[in-house]
Amino acid sequence: MADETTVAPGVARMREALKDVPHEPGAPKPDPILVADKVVRRFGGLTAVSVDHVEIPRGGITALIGPNGAGKTTFFNLLTGFDKPDEGDWTFNGKPLAGVPAHKVANQGMVRTFQLTKALSRLKVIDNMRLGGTGQRGEKFWQSLIPALWRGQEKEITERADDLLARFKLDAKREDFAGSLSGGQRKLLEMARALMVQPDMVMLDEPMAGVNPALTQSLLGHVKDLREDGMTVLFVEHDMDMVRDISDWVIVMAQGKVIAEGTPDTVMADPRVIDAYLGAHHDGTEHDPDVVAALEAEGETADE
Amino acid sequence: MNWDIIFGVSLESLFNTTMIAYALAAIGLNVHFGYTGLLNFGQSAFLGVAAYGLAMTVATFGAPFWLGIVIGLAGAVVLALLLGIPTLRLRADYLAIVTIAAAEIVRLLFRSVSLSEWTGGSDGLQSFSDDFYKLNPYSSPLKIGIVDFDPRELWVMTIGWALIGISLLIVFLAMRSPWGRVIKAIREDEDAVRSLGKNVVSYKMQSLILGGVLGSLGGFIFALSRAAVQPDTYGTEFTFYMYTIVILGGAARVFGPVVGSMIFWFLLAFINAVLPAAITQGYIPTWLMTPTQAGAVGYILVGAGLVLLLIYRPQGIFGDRKEVMLDGR
Ligand SMILES: Nc1ncnc2c1ncn2[C@@H]1O[C@H](COP(=O)(O)OP(=O)(O)O)[C@@H](O)[C@H]1O
Ligand SMILES: [Mg+2]
Repeated sequence: MADETTVAPGVARMREALKDVPHEPGAPKPDPILVADKVVRRFGGLTAVSVDHVEIPRGGITALIGPNGAGKTTFFNLLTGFDKPDEGDWTFNGKPLAGVPAHKVANQGMVRTFQLTKALSRLKVIDNMRLGGTGQRGEKFWQSLIPALWRGQEKEITERADDLLARFKLDAKREDFAGSLSGGQRKLLEMARALMVQPDMVMLDEPMAGVNPALTQSLLGHVKDLREDGMTVLFVEHDMDMVRDISDWVIVMAQGKVIAEGTPDTVMADPRVIDAYLGAHHDGTEHDPDVVAALEAEGETADE
Repeated sequence: MNWDIIFGVSLESLFNTTMIAYALAAIGLNVHFGYTGLLNFGQSAFLGVAAYGLAMTVATFGAPFWLGIVIGLAGAVVLALLLGIPTLRLRADYLAIVTIAAAEIVRLLFRSVSLSEWTGGSDGLQSFSDDFYKLNPYSSPLKIGIVDFDPRELWVMTIGWALIGISLLIVFLAMRSPWGRVIKAIREDEDAVRSLGKNVVSYKMQSLILGGVLGSLGGFIFALSRAAVQPDTYGTEFTFYMYTIVILGGAARVFGPVVGSMIFWFLLAFINAVLPAAITQGYIPTWLMTPTQAGAVGYILVGAGLVLLLIYRPQGIFGDRKEVMLDGR
């Protein structure tokens, strides 16, 4: 469907960058922004994440997919400092990030959103946005008491916030409490707020879940725009049509491991991926038990 | 019934030193609870540490008054650090448990026999406020109609109201600034604030210190107005009255604690004056209540009032009901 002559520059750039990358788990990328090695997180007897090696390409949109419980959110939590791994190292922009607390991770340019939206309910929408501004002088206690020290900076931040609110069609809600927004609007607000940090990479955990279809289209548009601005996006999504529509690269997780990587088309045709999704139906009633067993056996060999 | 006395006493408690001490304590607690969402159930300890810091410095060690104030303030900061460092990284309820325990520990230390050489044990300490009263510019009482304040009380009130003014100005300036925005955001959702690059633990510590220091001013006023410190003043019920006052005035409202304290003490003084009078005049039969029981009934009525307040006006006097009722998802 994508007409080569009308392809956006960002899309073309990423196609070029990823054209020689092998479609296999742990594939090295020419210019990775994030490189993770042997990241393991266990909850009691359950190994929620066990990622051997993964690289996220810079400047593109990478989808992280996988059945429920695959460990995607846990992996996000580990990378962003919201959870601590049992083992593992990772670098972001070449700097080691393991053990760095969450707020410092954000300050280094890696900002995430949450699967369960975290709107700051009793703050106005515009104040939610302003909070994202970094390096604010007025956020230091003694300086906060003297408005003259921060008023100028506050004005700049507010202008940037208003621009983003307009882009995300939330400008009419500017003065409302964030708690009065709908679920979809909260997702939008959370994403816009993350962009206030001006990160190098945004990590969106199911940004489209619960967003109505009309809004989804505009959200997808925003994500694509980020790529055109050169930002790196890593996002978790279940809807395969959306993944196909916007992502340059897809990483598939199942049972804590990265089981496949590649462009959307190759990944979705990959038997291991189909298997991982089928295997997730533990009720087994929808499938011929023999077929499921065969697929699972195949999946186990593929894991080795 | 002598309405002049009843109303006189009630009106005095709108402005007197007890009201001021509680207002200052509640201004500090409002920073913790109202703005930051910190469940500090040991605010009384901040007042106690400040009051004893002052009293011990002067009465026990014979050091100058101003040094007593400095040590009292430093004591509040140290207490905030001691409470905050182990708990602020943990879930919110840990702070509640630790503060309520710490406040009791502080009180028991003040009244312990083995430390009584320095603290005066359960009798407490006196004679630390002479230097303060030497500066008293008032020589005659203030009489306006039925209201009457003696010169010593007037002097403490003057300083107390000045401290309220300064405290409110600090809270007002801080809370409308980007610093206050971070503080209020932490109340809503810590992880969201963290994800935006703010050092949440550091902000909670700053809030704990600020609210503790503001509260400690109430401790000074309380100690100076009575020219004495006593350990059992600084019990947990002290903190619960402060919570009542904060909620009554409206949490996270700049003037809430002051108005809350005024209403709280006005009502309590009025009930405590009206009930005994009504009993002696025979308006209330003695089988229902004797004059000695009237004081306890006063607190029962205040408690019942608080319950009604939380049901019908959870936002307090100044709050915005819409805001309070927002779901915190
Ligand atoms: N805090 C936790 N304690 C125990 N188990 C957890 C915790 N968080 C996640 N898990 C488990 O780890 C696995 C991965 O979960 P998660 O990362 O949320 O998956 P996904 O986001 O891919 O749906 C699941 O089996 C989940 O039950
Ligand atoms: Mg998840």
